[in-house]
Amino acid sequence: VKGRLRRIGSWIHDRAGLEPILRFVREYKVPPELVRTRKGWFWVFGQALVFVFLAQVVTGTGLAMKYIPSPVHAWDSLQFLNNEVMWGGFVRALHYFGASAMVVLVFAHMARIVITGSYKFPRELNWITGVVLLFLILAMAFTGQLLRWDHHGVATVDVAASILGRFPLVGGWLMELVLSGQTVGGATLSRFFALHVIVFPLLIVALIGVHLYLALSNGVSEPPKAGRPVDPATYRSWYARHKEEGNTRFFPDVAWREVVFVLLVYAVIFALAFFLGPKGPGAPPDPTFTEQVPKPDWYFLWYYTLIWYKPPALDAVVLVWFPLLAFPALVLLPLLFGTGERAPSRRPWAVAAVGGAFVIWATLTAFGLRPHWIPDFDTRPVPAAMLAEAPPEVRDGAAAFHARGCQYCHVAYDRGGAYGPDLNRSTARLSPEEMTVRIMMGIGNMPAYGHLLTPAEVDNLLAYIYWAAERDAPDPGEGSRP
Amino acid sequence: MDSDLHPPGPDGPELPLERRQFLAMLVLGMGGLAGTALLVPWMGLFLAAPHRSDPDTWRAVGEPDDFPIGATRKVIFRDPDPLPWAGYSGRSAAWVRRVSDDEFAAFTTYCTHVGCAVRWEEGAQLFLCPCHGGAFHADGTVAAGPPPRPLDRFPIRIHEGRVEIQAVGMPRPDDATHGGQGGGPDGESGP
Repeated sequence: VKGRLRRIGSWIHDRAGLEPILRFVREYKVPPELVRTRKGWFWVFGQALVFVFLAQVVTGTGLAMKYIPSPVHAWDSLQFLNNEVMWGGFVRALHYFGASAMVVLVFAHMARIVITGSYKFPRELNWITGVVLLFLILAMAFTGQLLRWDHHGVATVDVAASILGRFPLVGGWLMELVLSGQTVGGATLSRFFALHVIVFPLLIVALIGVHLYLALSNGVSEPPKAGRPVDPATYRSWYARHKEEGNTRFFPDVAWREVVFVLLVYAVIFALAFFLGPKGPGAPPDPTFTEQVPKPDWYFLWYYTLIWYKPPALDAVVLVWFPLLAFPALVLLPLLFGTGERAPSRRPWAVAAVGGAFVIWATLTAFGLRPHWIPDFDTRPVPAAMLAEAPPEVRDGAAAFHARGCQYCHVAYDRGGAYGPDLNRSTARLSPEEMTVRIMMGIGNMPAYGHLLTPAEVDNLLAYIYWAAERDAPDPGEGSRP
Repeated sequence: MDSDLHPPGPDGPELPLERRQFLAMLVLGMGGLAGTALLVPWMGLFLAAPHRSDPDTWRAVGEPDDFPIGATRKVIFRDPDPLPWAGYSGRSAAWVRRVSDDEFAAFTTYCTHVGCAVRWEEGAQLFLCPCHGGAFHADGTVAAGPPPRPLDRFPIRIHEGRVEIQAVGMPRPDDATHGGQGGGPDGESGP
C-alpha cells in the first residue's frame, strides 16, 4: 500500500508540475535576523491574517447555505441558525470572532510595519495594496453588521449613510449608493449581501495574491537596525547579499513560528466562540420602532465615541474630512517617507504615532462600551415604599423627576442616568436658587424646562432632590460628568 | 518515439516587430473590450438605485381628530420606494404634531446629528436621541446636545379630510426636499 501511495504521489507530483513550486518554497530565503532573534515573532501577523481569512471563507460559506438575504426572513433565518441548525450558532460565533480577529490582526500587522519602517523602499506597493486590504476588511466588518439584520446593524448603516450625506458634492449620491435607495430596506440588504459574500471576498483574494507576490518578489523585510538607512541606490543589492550570506530559509526556519501563531489565533477564536456564543441578532430592525438604543460593533465603537467627544466646531473634520482623507493619507505615507532610517529608535514620531493611535483607540473604545452620554431610558421610578416616610411634596417631586425625564440623565436617590451631574453632588455646591435657574434656563447639554414646569413642580423637584441628597450621601469614588 | 512525433523544430523566423506589437495590442484590446463589456452593465446595476417611481408619495396617516392640539403622535406609513418583498422594512415613521386647529407639523425620526432614530418623551416634551444624547423641543428645534440643526420635516397637508404626509427618504444635510413648516387644510406645506 505504501508503495502504491508513493507511486500515486509521484504521478501527481509529475503531472501537476509541483517541483518548481516545492523548490521555491524549500529554497526561498529570508533575512537571517528573523530566525536568529525573537523579533521574528512580530513578523507573523500577515500570514495569520491569510489563514483567518480562509477560516472566514469556510464559516461564511456554511452560513450562506442557511441565511436568507431577504428583509422579511433574514432575522428569522439567523434565529433558525442559532437555535435549530446543528453547529449553526457555533459557526456564527466563529464567523463573528474570526471577523474580530481579522480587524485586530490587520491593525497589529500595520502597526508592526509602521514601527519597523517596512513600508519604505522598495516595498511601497506592498503597503499600498495592504491599505486597500485594510479598507476591504473594514468594509467586510461593516457590511457583515447589516447582514445580522437587527436594529444595531441597521442603525449603523443609517449613521454611515448620514455621515456620507455630509460629503461635499457627492454626498447625496453616496448616500443612495450605500442605501441602494432612500432608506435602509430590502435593496440595501441585497446589496450588502452581494458585497459581503461575493464582491469584497473576491477583491480580497485578488489583492492578497498581489500582496503576497510583492512580499515575495521584494523580499520579506529585515528587522531594522539603527544607522542602516534605506538607500534606493544600494538597498536591493545589499538585501540580496544579506539574504545569501544569512542562508536562512523561510521553510521551515520561519514557517514554524507562523504555524504556531495561526494555531494560537484559531484556539482563541474557537474558545471565544465556544464560551461566548454567537453575536445577536438583537431586536428586529423595524424602522418604525424608535425606542431602541443602537450601538455599533466594537470595531467602530471608537468612532461612535469620537463623534460624541468632538467639539461642535470639529464636526466637519471628524465626520467628513477624516473618513475622506484617511485612505489617501495612508497611501501617501511610503511615497513621502520612503527612504532613510527604519529603526524605531531613530523614528520616535512613528512610534509615537502608533502608540498614540492605540491609546486613543483603546480609550475611546472603553468609553464607548459604557457610554455615559446616553440617557438611561430604562430607569424606573422610586418605589412608593422607599418614599413612605417622605413628605407629600417629596413624593410628588420624585414622581415628576421620573415623569419629566430628569431621571434619564441625573442620579438622585441612587437611580438615574449618568449624562448629567449626579445631583447628590450638585446639591452640595448649588443652592436651591441656583438649582432653580439651571432647571428653568438649562445649562450646557441640559435643555431649559422653564416653559414646561409649573412653579409647584419646580418646588417639588427641589424638595425631592435635596431630600434624596440628605439620605443618599454621594459615594466619594463615583464620578460624574461636570 | 516522442522525438519523432514532436521533433524539435528549427527556430523559426522572428515575427516582425510591427506584427508583434499589433498582436500584443490586439490581445490587450480584446481583453479590455471583453472586460468592459461585462463591467459596464455590472456598474449600471450597482450604481443605479432601484427607484420604483411611485407617482404618488402622499400617504394618509389619519384623520385630523386623531391628533389632539399640542400632542405629538408617531405615525407609520409606506416608504417612498418600497420593494414588494420589503415587509416591515418598507415602512417609515414620522412624528406628527398638531400645532393648532389647522396647523400640523411632521418630523422625521432621524436625528440631524448622525441619523439615529429619535424618540418622543411626552413627560419631558422632548425628542431624545439615544446615540449621542441630542435633544429637540416639541417644535423640532435643538434643545441640547450635538445636533447641528432642527429635526427635518416631511411635507404635510390635510387632503380630502385626511392628514397626509409626503413620504421622502432619509434626509440629507443639504436636502431641499425636507423642511416644511406645517400644513393646513388642502394647503400642503413643503420646501
